[in-house]
Amino acid sequence: MKKSVFFGALAATTMFTGAAFAGTLDDVKARGELICGSNVALTGFGAPDAAGNYVGFDVDLCKALAAAVLGDATKVKYVPTTGETRFTALASGEVDVLIRNSTWTFSRDTDLKFDFVAVNYYDGQGFMVKKDLGVSSAKELDGATVCIQTGTTTELNLADFFKHNNISYTPVTVGDDAEAQRQYEAGACDTFTTDASGLASNRAAMADPTNHIILPEIISKEPLGPLVRHGDNNWGDVVRWTYYALVAAEEKGITKANLEELATKAAADPNSDPEVKRLLGIGDDDLGAMIGLDKEWAKRAIAASGNYGEIFEANIGTATPIGLARGLNAQWTQGGLQYAPPFR
Amino acid sequence: MTLATEPPKDSFRLSMLIYDTRYRAITIQVIVLALFLAGVAWLTNNTIQNLAAKGKDINFGFLLNRAGYDIDQQLIPYTNDSTHGRALVIGLLNTLIVAFFGCIFATLIGVFAGVLRLSKNWLVGRLMTVYVEVFRNVPLLLWIVLAFVIFSETMPEPKDFKVTQEMIDTGTSPAAQKIFFDSVAITARGTNIPMPMLTRPFGGFQLAGVNVSFSVLATLAVIAGSLWVNRRIRRHAKAVQEATGERPTTWWKTLAVLILPTAALLVAMGLHWDIPGFATTETGVSKGFNLVGGLNVAHSFTALLIALSVYHGTYIAEAVRSGIMAISRGQSEAAFALGLRPGRTMNLIILPQALRVIIPPLISQYLNLTKNTTLGMAISYLDLKGTLGGITLNQTGRELECMLLMMLIYLVLSLTISAGMNIFNNAMKLKER
Amino acid sequence: MTKSLSFVRTQMLPQQAPPVTERGAVKWLRENLFSGWFNSLLTVLGALAVVWLLQATLPWLLNGVWTANSLGECRSIIAASAGEGAVGACWAMIRERWHQFLFGFYPIEAYWRPVLAFGLLFVALAPVLYFGLRRTNMLMIGITGALTVLALLGVHTDSAHVLLVAVILLALLGVAAVAPTKLLWFTLIYPAVAFYLLWGGSVWGPVGVLLGLAIMAAIWWLLQARLGVVVATSVGFVAACVWWLALQSYLTTPLANAMPLGLSAVNSDKFGGFLLSFVIGIAAISASLPLGILLALGRRSDMLLVKSLSVGFIEFVRGVPLITMLFTASLLLQYFLPPRTNIDLILRVIILVTLFASAYIAEVIRGGLAALPRGQYEAADALGLDYWQAQRLIIMPQALKISIPGIVSSFIGLFKDTTLVALVGLADPLQGITKIVRADINWKGIYWEPFIFVGAIFFLVCFGMSRYSMYLERKLKTDHR
Repeated sequence: MKKSVFFGALAATTMFTGAAFAGTLDDVKARGELICGSNVALTGFGAPDAAGNYVGFDVDLCKALAAAVLGDATKVKYVPTTGETRFTALASGEVDVLIRNSTWTFSRDTDLKFDFVAVNYYDGQGFMVKKDLGVSSAKELDGATVCIQTGTTTELNLADFFKHNNISYTPVTVGDDAEAQRQYEAGACDTFTTDASGLASNRAAMADPTNHIILPEIISKEPLGPLVRHGDNNWGDVVRWTYYALVAAEEKGITKANLEELATKAAADPNSDPEVKRLLGIGDDDLGAMIGLDKEWAKRAIAASGNYGEIFEANIGTATPIGLARGLNAQWTQGGLQYAPPFR
Repeated sequence: MTLATEPPKDSFRLSMLIYDTRYRAITIQVIVLALFLAGVAWLTNNTIQNLAAKGKDINFGFLLNRAGYDIDQQLIPYTNDSTHGRALVIGLLNTLIVAFFGCIFATLIGVFAGVLRLSKNWLVGRLMTVYVEVFRNVPLLLWIVLAFVIFSETMPEPKDFKVTQEMIDTGTSPAAQKIFFDSVAITARGTNIPMPMLTRPFGGFQLAGVNVSFSVLATLAVIAGSLWVNRRIRRHAKAVQEATGERPTTWWKTLAVLILPTAALLVAMGLHWDIPGFATTETGVSKGFNLVGGLNVAHSFTALLIALSVYHGTYIAEAVRSGIMAISRGQSEAAFALGLRPGRTMNLIILPQALRVIIPPLISQYLNLTKNTTLGMAISYLDLKGTLGGITLNQTGRELECMLLMMLIYLVLSLTISAGMNIFNNAMKLKER
Repeated sequence: MTKSLSFVRTQMLPQQAPPVTERGAVKWLRENLFSGWFNSLLTVLGALAVVWLLQATLPWLLNGVWTANSLGECRSIIAASAGEGAVGACWAMIRERWHQFLFGFYPIEAYWRPVLAFGLLFVALAPVLYFGLRRTNMLMIGITGALTVLALLGVHTDSAHVLLVAVILLALLGVAAVAPTKLLWFTLIYPAVAFYLLWGGSVWGPVGVLLGLAIMAAIWWLLQARLGVVVATSVGFVAACVWWLALQSYLTTPLANAMPLGLSAVNSDKFGGFLLSFVIGIAAISASLPLGILLALGRRSDMLLVKSLSVGFIEFVRGVPLITMLFTASLLLQYFLPPRTNIDLILRVIILVTLFASAYIAEVIRGGLAALPRGQYEAADALGLDYWQAQRLIIMPQALKISIPGIVSSFIGLFKDTTLVALVGLADPLQGITKIVRADINWKGIYWEPFIFVGAIFFLVCFGMSRYSMYLERKLKTDHR
């Protein structure tokens, strides 16, 4: 009789969703919910708050995507994934899209059969050391003990960097970011290496941030971005262009606050910027129809959490405790790399 | 009186397959077999379909590719240029070594705590009860993480061992000192212990990627020889005792035979201890980041070992306690009547008998301990789960191959342990004739 | 006549007090702490250990701060009150986040549902543990009910729900008072009730599932006498499957439309903390009981094939670590199930943990079966009972009773092992929730407090259960020694 737990659960929570074959977009629409593979907990990028709601830089992209596809930014189910389970979760169709600071690499894009659709954060691997160690360059770290997170690209980069510079090191492998910070602070390693954004946020949370310095060397390129399954190009387009809509919105000065105002103004004024009109779904061009969405998809995506710049500033920008500067992630017009292809 | 007769031999009818107990067993087995085969076929078919849909295949070739990652504890040489297959072996060795020492320490702790829990000493009895109850009622994972954190938080950093120019000038000593005659340094990142080194080793050869050292082989051979000679001496002493009733004193012979040849060999090979310490400049100022030399045992190993032994020690303590309590009071009373002191009663009368009750639960604890080494994952101890089932799986994306291989290895490991322990158990069993 | 005259005392001397070493505290100390040098040494060492432990932890515990909004604030409060460089616990984090450690992300307004489900668990257990004993049953249900209502008030439930819960529990108390044996029916439907309370949704889904089981029972009842237990069960099972997969929706969908009774649905991704641990532990143990019984019987069967399959399964599962089973749930199950199937992770974990537990339960029950004297089997045969009748009426009731302590300790082990689900990304209390709390910039760097809090709860639950199982063991001993 106790079996009814099993069957009851099976009957009620089993979801027969589209797996790796076709039409993730249709599946999401039919389900009425976007399943977003997210971080279990990474400060600023994706973590549940005291009320249990996910917040963060990556999470806001999930929300924008849900708003674009389903018209409701709250219809997102976040599936926490670890470094080990993330790619399987995506490949098996457990999640629709993985937005969880994953580095775009050749083998992940090809051998693991995924498509990285864009880069929402340009990062690079750096080193943090205590000031009293007396080190000012990563090349002086010969013989040092280095804390690295396992199962990431950073440990491969680290090995390459030290080999290339012909210096030696002792690795201390750690499971996650918080653990790495604790060990570094306790002196279990001389230096702690991870993405520069992670270093900055860790340093911000320390009791004595001024006693730690981030070394100037950035030893790798870490383009972090959303990824989808290989072969579902339509869904890939939806994710890619939703993201670029946010970037383009920043470039065009469209914010969450002035969105409606701009839309009415653009609708009234025939001479307004045609790209803004296309983006906001005003006028004759129906970009949404080309990717299987309605006309106002991009407008809703921007309305969800604001444009790229707003999302950045709200979650990880200089005003937050994490305090990251835009750097490479500034608009191309500001000397950064964020560059949305034309909406045409 | 009627003789039991065979039931009447009816001609076989189809319904007998269900109703006749003689045939029903066969029917059921055939159905079970069919269901089982159908299940296997279903799973295989699903797997093939899923693999095809993902464009993957089952291929263990990745084991020969470059791993690219580092492992901080390696019993045989390994660099990030080695293959995934070698990383697997490193992981397996790490699993085995922590399981091996874990079993030994858990047994020691368990016997100690189990015996002391029955002690008449009120304070000690209570302390042991608290130890057993607290440690076995909280998840092992917590103890592992806690042991690890305590090590890295409370121990001094290596730089505290450093001697600076200032210290030499003012004549002060560094903040932290090595312990045990200035030989062992426990830092926040590991325990540095002296390592035996040879100045005149005999050389060695490569066997399947592992260095086989002639020095080690020679030492082992000499020890085995000494043991054999010692046995001869004892046998001779016993023969003399049986013939004359007096046992010749042999302890000095035994000592000499056991120690002298090995010592002579080690001296001949030039044994000395490589003591960890900082590299220094001519003036005696330390340089570098870490203590060099000696053997560096990472805290992830020590913490996992301690947590496993302490946690499973509680279960062994309970097994020991119930084993001792299972021995009837008459045994200890008889021993006291013979004039044996409590300590000797325990050693000579109670424990040998209790051992037979203790061994079966002990076997299952050893198995559990071996399986629980996988929890080292929480503190990034790179055992088999960490290498093959962790980083390798993650870097290559071959979860099916990695997981199946890993399960197979753990299964073989468990079966080997339980087979070995069962042989031991059968040998120890009371022989009743 | 003898002249020798020896003095004979004619009065008793007044009783003297025992010497000082043989009475009171000194005697106790001598006997219990300082009998012999070895014991004295142990005592001194023990006392030193206790002192050292207190010295290391007391200041930290005493400096604890209960009201603050971030770790930094805690640190400054401690520095202000106990001086610069003092250490202290920051319990303020627990104060702010305790509900996440207990319930995960379960909606706060629905906390009464898991609490009620937990309370009802004891009501459902009562008739199993004290079958037909009116007084004990009532006592258990009464205490559980009172505690449940108190707990509900503690998690700020609105009064309507508290009232509802109180009425339900009073009704059950009434049943226990009037007809204690009837409570068993509640035990039978408890899994469906608990499932419905926890996950919510339409009430008709669980009702449909229960109807399927009723169909199975009815068919079994009708056919069992004619076709035997195995065949009847199989036919019933097939019929129930047909009902669940094909027919159920024709009944429940219109009903759900006509009478949309139900609680708000809660997705399983909202489950976390101790709620998750209990759900996984209890679901896995209760689902693994029938499986374990079958496996144990299979292992003792005379049929070679059945026996070897059972042995193979049990030994395989017992030979691999639980972590590999969990990773199978999260990584491999997708390969073994038909394409396009997707079961959510918690359910996959429960299924794999159930399989894992069933092998251990099977061994516990096999122990119970082996402990029964052969006479019981022979007596059953002599009465002319067939295999299943003998199992149902003679063997299993005794074997299960002997196995209860073993089952409880399996449950304790499993409950502790639910912390491992953090390694596949679920929010267990020990690592999952702690990690989430530490990702909050306010609490980043907090380390000991969550471990102590979670460890203390685990200790209370597991210690309580192990004591209870020892008590049961003594109580259930019916051998007349």
